[in-house]
Amino acid sequence: MEKIASKTLAITATKARLLGLDAVHTAASGHIGGSLSAIDAITTLYFGVMNVDPKDPKNPDRDRFVLSKGHCTPALYPVLALRGYFPIEDLKLFRSIRGHYSGHAEMRHVPGVDMSTGSLGQGISAAVGMALGGKLNKKDYRVYAVLGDGEIAEGQVWEAAMSAAKYGLDNLCAVVDVNGLQIDGATKDVMPSEPLDKKFEAFNWNVIKVDGHDYDALLKAFEDAKACKGKPTAVLMKTVKGKGVSFMENQAGWHGKAPNDEQYEQAKAELEAKLAELEGK
Amino acid sequence: MAGKIATRAAYGEALCELAEKYPELVVFDADLAGATMTKGFAAKYPDRFFDMGIAECNMTGVAAGLSTCGFKPFTNTFAIFASGRAWEQVRNSIAYPHLNVKVVGSHGGLSVGEDGATHQCIEDFALMRAVPGMKVLCPCDGNEMKLAVEALLNYDGPAYMRLGRSAVEIVTDEIPGYKFELDKGAVLADGTDVAVIATGIMVQMALKAREMMAAEGVSVRVIDMHTIKPLDEELVLKAAKETGCIVTTEEHNIIGGLGGAVAECLSEKCPTPLVRHGVNDEFGRSGTAAAVLEAYKLTPEGLCEKIREALAKK
Repeated sequence: MEKIASKTLAITATKARLLGLDAVHTAASGHIGGSLSAIDAITTLYFGVMNVDPKDPKNPDRDRFVLSKGHCTPALYPVLALRGYFPIEDLKLFRSIRGHYSGHAEMRHVPGVDMSTGSLGQGISAAVGMALGGKLNKKDYRVYAVLGDGEIAEGQVWEAAMSAAKYGLDNLCAVVDVNGLQIDGATKDVMPSEPLDKKFEAFNWNVIKVDGHDYDALLKAFEDAKACKGKPTAVLMKTVKGKGVSFMENQAGWHGKAPNDEQYEQAKAELEAKLAELEGK
Repeated sequence: MAGKIATRAAYGEALCELAEKYPELVVFDADLAGATMTKGFAAKYPDRFFDMGIAECNMTGVAAGLSTCGFKPFTNTFAIFASGRAWEQVRNSIAYPHLNVKVVGSHGGLSVGEDGATHQCIEDFALMRAVPGMKVLCPCDGNEMKLAVEALLNYDGPAYMRLGRSAVEIVTDEIPGYKFELDKGAVLADGTDVAVIATGIMVQMALKAREMMAAEGVSVRVIDMHTIKPLDEELVLKAAKETGCIVTTEEHNIIGGLGGAVAECLSEKCPTPLVRHGVNDEFGRSGTAAAVLEAYKLTPEGLCEKIREALAKK
């Protein structure tokens, strides 16, 4: 794949932020904070890294993506829509009884979603299964899973980590969204997860640390992960919860709250200004 | 066939016998391959066997992920862990996306024996039955078990199947007209006064109870309900209408399992005197399998008492 310009990724990610914000505002519910922290990485994966074809979403040779932090559909669904899996207008049906764009990622009805997730800790196991399937079928696809740093407290994550190392799943890349906040407050207070690098290393994983909002750094991290053979890679990305909307940044309170009309207008204005700046208007 | 074999042993043999015919079959275990009897498959097909260690939740999720790549995973551990420990993984990672994973719980019921209450799963039917879209099976003998394994390989969707620890007599191979069909119960012996709907090891006991009741002049129909969900309602209602009273029998809590399913069906569609024979909402205890079953009256004699109770309600 030809290297994509970081500016192109920045423009796409900003559009995705606007769509995610709009979806959550329309639905009057949804998890915006952690979506805004993970959206740069998800955009980078779908537009700059993964071998996927939106016209053939079930192709057995495709790279897979599992949103283990399954509540961050306000990041995933807009990115999938922008990538061409389904019409952007469908995002109006987010969390609505009139459609199937459920609050947590859903594979049966939403084109492009590779695994239904939402119960934390479970997505990474499914990703291990997909990576194992790639090895058994002798295919060279890669599997990416995005986890939250709060999610890391689930014991199943470490069961999955052990099994991925056992089977030498170098086609698996776990991306941990280290935004440092979860529902009840700071991760360091709720349940300290650090040192995450030492933990994954102790589980026989390759570890790469990166700024989760730096597109070039993310691209390089995913390249380096691909180059690592014999073991899975954990990309630990430092992020800002609520990134891109001034009043949401680093606020645990924006984990699962929808903005009111006034807040929506302010957030939209900020993101539109950012987009205009990026597009040189 | 005849003779005695534990359903877990027949299951282990079936996996090996069907492996060549079904190359998509892969087997998971959680450090219990010697007990769940997947060890034969593991030795013969090491590339298709995955020991996930003592981590049932992850095993369940990995199987879910692997099934999306065209494989037909069977996960194996004790019933208590398969249906209990990993219940929510079964629900959210397998059943909700309706993935093709077969969750197999060995050592179901009180006949686990000496290991005691922590390992005697008497809630698996209820737990798995409550999950939308899950099939729930409990074959009664080695012959039926092998037929069930192949039927599950040909069914594209989630299912739970219970296996037993103790050797049980093979009975279904000598029943004229017997055939195994997923979602359908089998009438093993006809009768007109009362119908006993049994599952698992209680099927053999029901056949013994039938002989004992015949000596009292009572004609007992015996239905082998190997598929608890979806329940073969047609067969249940036919038995209710033709015999006028029903007894369910299972190595499970009387709440939520086969008895619960039959009670729901009858009370809505054909109110009929019903007695549920099973574990009376209490935990098991250690002892030999036979001693524990005796202590909890899960015996032909215990079943006969319930049959008399049902007849008295007619």
